[in-house]
Amino acid sequence: MGPLVPDLIGNELNFVVAILIGIAFGFILEQAGFSTSKKLVGLFYGYDFTVLRVFFTAGITAMIGVIALGHFGLLDLSLIYVNPTFLWSALVGGLIMGLGFVIGGFCPGTSVCAAAIGKIDAMIFVAGGFLGVFIFAEGYPWFETLYKAEDWGNVTLFDSLGTSQGIFAFGMTAMAVGAFWFTTWVEKKVNGKENTELQPKKLYLGLGITLFVLGLATIFMPERRTELLADAATAVSSEKIEVTAIDELAFRLLDKDPKLQIIDLRDAKEFQKFSLPNSTNFTLEELFGKDASKILSIKNKHIVFVANDEVDEKKAAYIVEELGYRNISILEGGLSLFKKEILEYNPVGEPKTRQEKDTHKFRIRAVQELPALIQSAKKSAAPKKKSTRVIGGC
Amino acid sequence: MQAFSLGLLLLVTIFITGRGLGASGATKSGVVATVATVAPAHTQDSKFYTEFLKEHDNSPLKNWLVFEVLGVIMGAFISGLVSNRLSLTLEKIPSVSSKTRIITALIGGALFGLGSQLGRGCTSGSALSGMAVLSTGGVITMMAIFGGAYAFAWFFRKLWLYPGGK
Repeated sequence: MGPLVPDLIGNELNFVVAILIGIAFGFILEQAGFSTSKKLVGLFYGYDFTVLRVFFTAGITAMIGVIALGHFGLLDLSLIYVNPTFLWSALVGGLIMGLGFVIGGFCPGTSVCAAAIGKIDAMIFVAGGFLGVFIFAEGYPWFETLYKAEDWGNVTLFDSLGTSQGIFAFGMTAMAVGAFWFTTWVEKKVNGKENTELQPKKLYLGLGITLFVLGLATIFMPERRTELLADAATAVSSEKIEVTAIDELAFRLLDKDPKLQIIDLRDAKEFQKFSLPNSTNFTLEELFGKDASKILSIKNKHIVFVANDEVDEKKAAYIVEELGYRNISILEGGLSLFKKEILEYNPVGEPKTRQEKDTHKFRIRAVQELPALIQSAKKSAAPKKKSTRVIGGC
Repeated sequence: MQAFSLGLLLLVTIFITGRGLGASGATKSGVVATVATVAPAHTQDSKFYTEFLKEHDNSPLKNWLVFEVLGVIMGAFISGLVSNRLSLTLEKIPSVSSKTRIITALIGGALFGLGSQLGRGCTSGSALSGMAVLSTGGVITMMAIFGGAYAFAWFFRKLWLYPGGK
């Protein structure tokens, strides 16, 4: 599951990846003709909209890709960097950049490309960029209020507008198609002839349709996570789920079974107060994330879901089995039964059958040894490392 | 075609690294590194530098975007080489003097540099990458950049259009 940094690709290797991605980025920008200011500002005077079209097509291609990858559980969207929103700073900054664009004729990325192929004006623009950042750095106390005002956090547009991701992406695509058509028309009016760069038309049409269909698919195919969470509530009774008996779990704990992995579904507060050895805390939602996937995919582990009662345990088992993981079981009667019958074992009457006698003997041992185990596990337990959002941005 | 490649590149970047593309961040690293070398004492009593240095373990150039921009320089150079576009020129329309073009490039760059700090990224880092991850702030910045440029374009038309042609 993505993102691959920092687990599959370490932080040092990530710098090599950065150079490779940069090479591709620079190559594509230069090939698209972004290394000349005349072409870049063309969109503001109506004679060349290439930049706008490339920009929106690229943005929407990536956006639909990100939504689709998240939708099918291939990318953990809670870990990717979402540019934070500071309303006034974003607006004022954008306007200043717009002004810089029509005066200077470049933006930072394209100026670097143009400078690389020898455009002197671009080199001066890059130097100007340093000057601009320096002015901001020195004037920081003065800018700070504006810079930090109206902090909305890492919000996304569909949060702000209250629509679903799919519908939103679909709307954006429709808007881009409209803009594409409109700009081509304006260009033809201003220049008196067709833009030859839009050939062959069939290729563009084909790619456009592909994107459109992918967008449609994400709207009409329900999101895996939402679907599973909804199903988990109703489907549990019909599913056959392996159950770990309370005595078996107690035995495995006393035995310090290295294969045992407990996933505790209670809320963090309860988990903090009391938890069994070898257990990790996840909510049902978090089972879809990258952290849970790391633990669930370890081979040869026997996973036991625990919660206060069996209802949540069954939901979790259902979801995780649907996600394709095996060797899962739930705790018989939940933690409440485990506490009552094992940790606070209080025999009622004399055990009669041989089996009852064995159980009684075992539970007497468990009640003496388990609390110490739980205590020492709590002390030695490393604080849970949670993957955090990648830090990005300029 | 370049448009789809660029979109796919951005998608791959997000999938691998969890973050998008950028450019102006490298300038920021460059400025902090320069000031920290030239006037180390000054960086200690200015919040902007101390915050940045703290985030980067005191090595401001060890930043993902610095490496990425080094790549951009190489990639653009290779592209210029294969397409035969390498030449040292000051590009401008005939009715604009070299001096004017130099001054406008410098002012434009400075405005973009300043604006990209407030906007927390430029056209690549905030607008394009922000759009890909549907960031509200990114899209606001994007609309402000293009909207602003359209609003101001008329006043600077003499820099780009000259009578009788373009």
